[in-house]
Amino acid sequence: MALLVIDDLAKTYDKVTALTGINLSVEAGEFVTLLGPSGSGKTTLLMSLAGFTTPSKGTIRLDGKDITHVDPEDRNFGFVFQGYALFPHLSVANNIAFSLRVRKWEKARIAARVAEMLSLVGLDNLAERKPRELSGGQQQRVAIARALAFGPRILLLDEPLSALDRMLRETMQKELRRLHRETGVTFVYVTHDQEEAIAMSDRIAVFNHGRIIEIGPPRGLYKKPSTRFVAGFLGENNFLSGQRADDDETMVEAFGTRFGSTYVKGRRERPGDSLTVWVRPEDIRIGQATGDEIGFRATVVENSFVGALERILLRTATGEEMVATLRSEVAVAAGQVVDCRIDPSAIGVLPNEESHP
Amino acid sequence: MRNFKTTALLLTVPASLVAIGLYAAPILQVLALSLTEPKLGFANYQSLFANAAVGRVVMTTLKVSVMTTVLTVLASYIVAFAIIHMSAGWRRISLFLVLVPFWISVLVRAFSWITILRRRGVLNSALMEAGVISTPLDLVYNLLGVTIGMVHYMMPFAILLLYANLSDIDRRIMQAARSLGARPATIFWRVWLPLSLPGIALATLFVFVFSLGFLVTPALLGAGKTLMIAEYISVQISSTSRWDLATSLSTMLLLVVGIIVFAAMRSPALRAAFVARPQQ
Repeated sequence: MALLVIDDLAKTYDKVTALTGINLSVEAGEFVTLLGPSGSGKTTLLMSLAGFTTPSKGTIRLDGKDITHVDPEDRNFGFVFQGYALFPHLSVANNIAFSLRVRKWEKARIAARVAEMLSLVGLDNLAERKPRELSGGQQQRVAIARALAFGPRILLLDEPLSALDRMLRETMQKELRRLHRETGVTFVYVTHDQEEAIAMSDRIAVFNHGRIIEIGPPRGLYKKPSTRFVAGFLGENNFLSGQRADDDETMVEAFGTRFGSTYVKGRRERPGDSLTVWVRPEDIRIGQATGDEIGFRATVVENSFVGALERILLRTATGEEMVATLRSEVAVAAGQVVDCRIDPSAIGVLPNEESHP
Repeated sequence: MRNFKTTALLLTVPASLVAIGLYAAPILQVLALSLTEPKLGFANYQSLFANAAVGRVVMTTLKVSVMTTVLTVLASYIVAFAIIHMSAGWRRISLFLVLVPFWISVLVRAFSWITILRRRGVLNSALMEAGVISTPLDLVYNLLGVTIGMVHYMMPFAILLLYANLSDIDRRIMQAARSLGARPATIFWRVWLPLSLPGIALATLFVFVFSLGFLVTPALLGAGKTLMIAEYISVQISSTSRWDLATSLSTMLLLVVGIIVFAAMRSPALRAAFVARPQQ
């Protein structure tokens, strides 16, 4: 049975719906990320898990026990706050010891645990510093050590890396994954940064307008999203209009070519129905199509060198534009008409948003 | 830029002249008088320490000021703490109510307290009619009355000082404490109180220093029986024309207040109150 089960959770403020119909199970030891744009409800869910927000409807169960209305101080969940919320008047060691003193651990045991936590996050020689004497990354580590000290089974993290610069963020991502691996604690992580979510999570729950749009492992959501929102929110994507071929319901017509799409089979569409076709920039290649590859011609509108890759803006026969990222050794110039090829498995076909239930 | 700075500096000249003319010069004159009246020397200061009446007045002043400070800061902390926990609407109403006394003259407030507290005043009559007491209580024209009036006068200042300090504290820190398993009492003693020490120190200093020089309230509610320094000085000047005593006592008061403020500002808590905390 899953460690944490969220069942039909909803939260309404006055007349504003912050969360609705949330169902989510988290397995012990999992790293689950709640991903979404700001105001999508991900933080409201995290606050409900922590007990700081009381849901209007639904239940949260831990090990089968209903904890929906248990006070935060009785949940024994670790929480890493955005901006860390360290105790400014306490030293690093005393910040970490706070939860242990509250639990009336013996002195020697507290000292041992604090030392253990300090070495876990690599802050052994900063025990006596005050939070304001630490860098952002160090404060972050203290916040994590403090939240893990009392041995919670679940660690909730609210955008913990958002205040850090890019380089530090990548280091801390690795650090968090290491801590997740070493401690075996279940992580529920909130972020609006899709790269961060993809890089760290076992599973991602993508939020929009107070709902979970899709849940799944990063690879699956990236490669086979079943909604336009997720296809556009995770990674870069090109959206093009297409339609079901009039003469063959297994065929799709788009950007001046037609191809069979196994991905659409089983959808209830009629010939001639309009569709959205997506293809990721890195899946478009230059050259003659071979085998079952989809080939089409496009005009290069502009290209820009971005280091390892060349970013090319293409205009298709239907007049739509798409971005392709190619390895830099491929030389194309603006105005040139080029042959392009795409592996059929890389193409996604989605019903148009209007026809989506 | 240079021109702008010169103009800006020039703009401060009128205010500076007023401040020097109406504030600094008289103080210097008081100092001069204390050293020259009736003849040059420190004789006036020496006699201050030998004067038993002055000793009694100083003791009364200290007693009233300490009581006022403790009661004011305690009560104001409770009010400020409650206000920051209110919803935005109630907070506005409460802060407005805190400010109301500022519009009422200190004289009116002192007389109001007399009507409430005197032997045949509102409170005693009510208590006697209710049968709680048989003889009226001495609530005014003594240490108690003076303290009540002064606490009432000082509370809005202290509430606002403490409110400013408390509302600066990041509330996520309290959430963090809860997530770590702390219950409300623990959070208060281990987090709220230490974090509000700068505000408490500032309010304490402010109220104490202000209380030392209080004139109107102790004069009316003490009715000459509970005599504090400011009133004593005033009597020396206007009734007995003892300029030597009045000026030397004034200078001493100024000096003591200066030393207290200087010493207090060196304490870590007060220094923290004046240093902007980095917002996280």
